[in-house]
Amino acid sequence: MILIMKTITKKQSWNSYQKEIANDNLYYARSCIRQNFFPASEHMFLHILQKELGKNVFDDPNHTTCTGIGYHADVVLFDTIQTVIARHFALMTEAGLEHMAISCVTSFGLYTEVLHTWEHYPEQLEKIRDFLYKATKKEFNLPKSIAHTSDVIYSLRDEIAQKAQHTLINKHTGKPLRAVEHIGCHYAKMFPSKGVGGAEFPQVLAGMIESWGGEVVDYPERRHCCGFGFRNYLVQANRGYSMSNSKKKFESMEVYKPDFILTNCPGCSMFMDKWQYTIAEIDGKTYDSYGKGIPVLTYEELTGLVLGYNPWDLGLQMHQVQSESLLDKMGISYDPHLKYTDKHGNQLPKPVSPLHLTQT
Amino acid sequence: MIDVIIIGGGIAGLETACTLHTQGIESLILEKEKEIGGKLTQWDSLFPSNRNAKELVETYKDEIQKHTITVYVNTKVIAIKKQNDGTFEIFTSREIVFKAKTIVIASGYSIFNAERKEEYGYAIYPNVITSADLEHMFATKKELKAPSGRTLERVAFIHCVGSRDEKVGNHYCSRLCCVTGVKQAIKIRQMLPETHVFNFYMDLRMYGLGFEEMYREAQEKHGVQFIRGRVSEIAQTNEGRLQLKAEDTLAARPVRMQVDMVVLLVGMEAPECNSILGKSCNIQYNAAQFIVPQDIHYSSGITSAEGVFVSGTSIAPLSVFDTINHARSTALAVSNFLMPIQNE
Ligand SMILES: Cc1cc2nc3c(=O)[nH]c(=O)nc-3n(C[C@H](O)[C@H](O)[C@H](O)COP(=O)(O)OP(=O)(O)OC[C@H]3O[C@@H](n4cnc5c(N)ncnc54)[C@H](O)[C@@H]3O)c2cc1C
Ligand code: SF4
Repeated sequence: MILIMKTITKKQSWNSYQKEIANDNLYYARSCIRQNFFPASEHMFLHILQKELGKNVFDDPNHTTCTGIGYHADVVLFDTIQTVIARHFALMTEAGLEHMAISCVTSFGLYTEVLHTWEHYPEQLEKIRDFLYKATKKEFNLPKSIAHTSDVIYSLRDEIAQKAQHTLINKHTGKPLRAVEHIGCHYAKMFPSKGVGGAEFPQVLAGMIESWGGEVVDYPERRHCCGFGFRNYLVQANRGYSMSNSKKKFESMEVYKPDFILTNCPGCSMFMDKWQYTIAEIDGKTYDSYGKGIPVLTYEELTGLVLGYNPWDLGLQMHQVQSESLLDKMGISYDPHLKYTDKHGNQLPKPVSPLHLTQT
Repeated sequence: MIDVIIIGGGIAGLETACTLHTQGIESLILEKEKEIGGKLTQWDSLFPSNRNAKELVETYKDEIQKHTITVYVNTKVIAIKKQNDGTFEIFTSREIVFKAKTIVIASGYSIFNAERKEEYGYAIYPNVITSADLEHMFATKKELKAPSGRTLERVAFIHCVGSRDEKVGNHYCSRLCCVTGVKQAIKIRQMLPETHVFNFYMDLRMYGLGFEEMYREAQEKHGVQFIRGRVSEIAQTNEGRLQLKAEDTLAARPVRMQVDMVVLLVGMEAPECNSILGKSCNIQYNAAQFIVPQDIHYSSGITSAEGVFVSGTSIAPLSVFDTINHARSTALAVSNFLMPIQNE
């Protein structure tokens, strides 16, 4: 089914940015890095869609990286990345599917860029068809729609709200939890019309937060880049730039006392989480009042918490900033003894506790 | 059959009608709003002389009355149809169809809708306003305050909003927003001497009579600070102030500044009716939908369709000075066109 999404909000500016989001019969395009940093997120997306909501999503073992990191680091050529993406379209075509759900903001930006290029330069599309055929003997149809996987969750947010075990209401105060959302530059800054709500007042994560009872913090550096910036991070000497961007955001959001940060993009999730540790180590500074940092969640992790999944099954213990403060506010019970155990209950090694970022 | 029907009762239409009258030619003005005067009815004082805009409109109203020129207000022109004999039928929001030998399009300009520059937060943050809003606030003597009720410590003007901007599809310069920014910055400094005023610009286009002098005066006498750099975004702070980001391209430094009010110097766009009227009688208009005169130097009031003339800002953004001069030259072109017909 294709839904034409309607946002309900006082701010009208994003009403012109609606997109078609297919949320069934999807070809799933995984991220190449998410499983390392947030190991349960992609699994949860599939689980929630397939098991909770009964949707058909194909997780194809033949799908590969889109090579986006290499492309943005100038080591992969545009022709190459177009051919890789064309191969993914060929796999989707072979699976008899027409809609793609892409699990990475970088990939989503690139798929959009490639489709846009082909629309404006059809000769480029023909060239890539030829490259792909010569290399793999594969042919492909263009997808009828592509969506970021957060778009898919956004489109199902009300259905999820109906099944919610926990809401984003602070159990101690009865007030909505305050969330900072960060959509990631490549989600809508390049092609505002391809993101729900556009680039300036994006609605994709905000819509989930609001539907599940929370409140979105509109802080001054909301649109600022997290600092990932590919070469900012990949070239070790540039990492200071990367961190200073995140720091600018943390300083700007701090006064609003957010309960958590919700992210869209693998890079942003990682940096907004890990740089809190680094800054704490360098400056002794954390951006909450208790020395614990501000928990950073992916939208799948948040969806999982709302639906009542065990936080340790969601992999929240793998984050640098620990999420117990948020779990307590949401009224989610958890067993601290099971935090670092495998699925059979065997104890796993506990990470060393940093000096300044309290780990419980 | 009327000799001339003028579409639009802004100063361009009014001046065209008055000049035609002095030439012995009677005209009829069709104005869509309930009163004549166009945008000037909303403005406070006019650059470069500081003359009261309402006073100029009143002068025109007196002239129109004195010359008994007929004006139909609340009459929106929706189409023009050329007849086989070269005359025109004019269809409006009224039921009657007007007939005329010639037509003057004086439908003016539209103000750029600042909501399209989402990054500036117009219609989202209450203390982001446009130059047109500010002009209206001056004219209605509204007190200038931050939404929190506190006095304005800092005000920033942002130039080129909706002009010279690939993103919104307007490549042209609106020509008047720079000097409007200077005029309004001076006015704020005069009204609120404690308020610091910053103008963020790309270039300052002080092309007109007296404009450069105003710009100097703004700096030397009124302490307005001009920063060369385009603002990239505006966001609200916890205290309800506005944080803006820009690059000071002269100092080669990024700027982050908190202010209490932002004024967007909105550009001038062609009104929607230009293309509608243009299509209905085959007039050439450019990519920005302003009407293209037959010859920009020699006959700037004549359009590509015989018997259809154009006056004022329907051809491009113009100041009052330029609009009035253009309207007079258009009236002369109309009278030259009608003379042989009348002599027949
Ligand atoms: C914020 C701002 C401040 C300014 N300040 C100054 C200043 O200080 N000094 C200065 O020299 N210039 C100033 N200007 C420029 C000034 O407003 C113009 O020069 C002037 O308004 C041009 O007059 P016009 O008659 O061509 O257009 P308009 O004033 O736009 O008049 C056009 C008229 O046509 C009518 N109309 C439109 N379509 C139709 C239709 N289909 N049927 C019937 N009627 C129709 C409209 O209702 C309107 O009354 C300023 C502009 C802006 C944006
Ligand atoms: S007049 Fe000035 S503010 Fe207006 S578009 Fe031209 S340069 Fe920009």
